[in-house]
Amino acid sequence: MKKGTLKQILLLTDGCSNKGEDPSAVAALAFEQGISVNVIGILDDDQTEHPQGLEEVEQIALSGGGISQLVYTKALSQTVQMVTKQAMTQTLQGFVNAELKQILGPEQTMEDLAPDKRGEIMEVVEDMGETCDLEVVVLVDTSASMRDKLLTVKEALIDLSISLNARIGRNRFCIFSFPGRRKDIQKVLDWSPRLDNISSVFPKLSSGGVTPTGPALREAMYQFSKKSLLRSLHKDDASNIEEA
Amino acid sequence: MMHQTSKKLNLVPNTIIRGKWHNHVYTIRRKLGSGAIGSVYLCTINQKYAALKISDKSTSMMMEVNVLKSLNKVQGVCLGPSLMDVDDWIAPDGQAYTFYVMEYVRGYSLQQFLSRNGREWVGVLMLQLLHDLKKLHEAGWIFGDLKEENLLVTIDTPSRVRWIDVGGTTQMGRAIKEYSEFYDRGYWEMGSRKAEPSYDLFALAMVFISLYYPKQFAKDKHPQRLLVKKLQDITTLRPYRPALQKALLGEYQTAGEMEQEISSIISRMRPRHTSRQKTSGPAAAAFVPEVAGLAVVSAMYYLFSLLLP
Ligand SMILES: Nc1ncnc2c1ncn2[C@@H]1O[C@H](COP(=O)(O)OP(=O)(O)OP(=O)(O)O)[C@@H](O)[C@H]1O
Ligand SMILES: [Mg+2]
Repeated sequence: MKKGTLKQILLLTDGCSNKGEDPSAVAALAFEQGISVNVIGILDDDQTEHPQGLEEVEQIALSGGGISQLVYTKALSQTVQMVTKQAMTQTLQGFVNAELKQILGPEQTMEDLAPDKRGEIMEVVEDMGETCDLEVVVLVDTSASMRDKLLTVKEALIDLSISLNARIGRNRFCIFSFPGRRKDIQKVLDWSPRLDNISSVFPKLSSGGVTPTGPALREAMYQFSKKSLLRSLHKDDASNIEEA
Repeated sequence: MMHQTSKKLNLVPNTIIRGKWHNHVYTIRRKLGSGAIGSVYLCTINQKYAALKISDKSTSMMMEVNVLKSLNKVQGVCLGPSLMDVDDWIAPDGQAYTFYVMEYVRGYSLQQFLSRNGREWVGVLMLQLLHDLKKLHEAGWIFGDLKEENLLVTIDTPSRVRWIDVGGTTQMGRAIKEYSEFYDRGYWEMGSRKAEPSYDLFALAMVFISLYYPKQFAKDKHPQRLLVKKLQDITTLRPYRPALQKALLGEYQTAGEMEQEISSIISRMRPRHTSRQKTSGPAAAAFVPEVAGLAVVSAMYYLFSLLLP
């Protein structure tokens, strides 16, 4: 198997986008470009499990080929690293499934294989997850309603980098917040291999009540293409793995 | 909630599970527990008990099966429950599930066991865990998600600690697959999440600390200082404190090093123990032969470890 780079957008929000294009449509577009979109919906401690405004969380991740999870701030760190890792596995498995179809014919999926064979394939997927390179654009909703959650978000991101940096593969992260002061998003941290030192740069709240999730996702998507425009010209569009 | 596709499966007693590939037939008896990945049921096959884990998350299940298979290959010790079967089950509604069947470990939680049998057992349990960890590490694996809930002490004698959930077991040198915050040195800002022996030894120390803080506790601004303080406050663990503290601080390179220190601590305090046993009434006295038996067993482990190069 070839070693490649996985690309993810990780969106942390409490929902209720209210400005600009439909975030699910942008997520679908990102997925087309080989970027998976994962969404973490942060609940207030007194919220029930299916609050209004958070339905879009699942929808965005579904369109973006990623994983979504609603979570109370208390469990944020555990969830962020778990979602990121599971999304990697999901993407890699999608890639392996596509290869399998080429070998076994279009009717075959993993589930049609005997458990032993499936186990062997999962071993390959695990190896790839451990060794592949990973690029994550973190997109943090800093609209007024997120006030009490940003400290926990910061800790969860530091924790994410501890988890991912224990892997053999390399990682690169960058962080954006939205809404930005004049633009839809604001750069918090440029591409960097670790997140341990984000304390000083972590965003304060943006004023105003707008939450332009769709436009912010679009900007996030461009962060990859700027950097890897050349490489993506040679991209194998059957998967979102690039040859390294 | 992870994928909204994941359905809550609830199998009632006497449900028959027939495997799609191997055709073995299992009868569900009762639910033993459930977690993030799936549910575990007590079942019977040919009048014998077994534990059956079932889930619609085939990939995660296959990863666990892979670990169990590797652990079962390690000779001379039981690392994790032995694996008996892996198969798919098509439910009456057409939904496909993956299940695996393993040895049913009948046991007490550490907490239950110690309150029944007395704290003299703390050291023995430590030695047993360290012995198994040493074997596991020698085979190239790190347990990862070592915590109280993932350990059982067998009801059948001789009492022995067993691991029941290998979902976090990771190849040495990789990133720990699954962990629980309270037992994770990364959370306490006291080390990385790289799979290496010292990761498990930290978690092992936390297992024993957690026994005395059932509600656990969260970190503050000085996590390391807090942990050392919490350890110092547990009088029952006083004899083991130097070793546990070294484990917390990552000062052991191998489980063997820690095992040796714990054994020498135990051998130094044995006389006092026996005298306390004798004065402590008939109920406790019944366990004296077992304590003695286990002391012999742990001494044997120790001797074997000396014989090995
Ligand atoms: N082999 C076994 N023998 C006896 N009991 C078992 C066995 N395996 C699991 N159990 C019981 O079933 C419970 C749930 O098992 P399991 O460890 O798979 O799930 P979990 O740890 O709760 O969640 P997760 O799937 O997130 O790891 C355990 O806490 C244990 O009590
Ligand atoms: Mg478990």
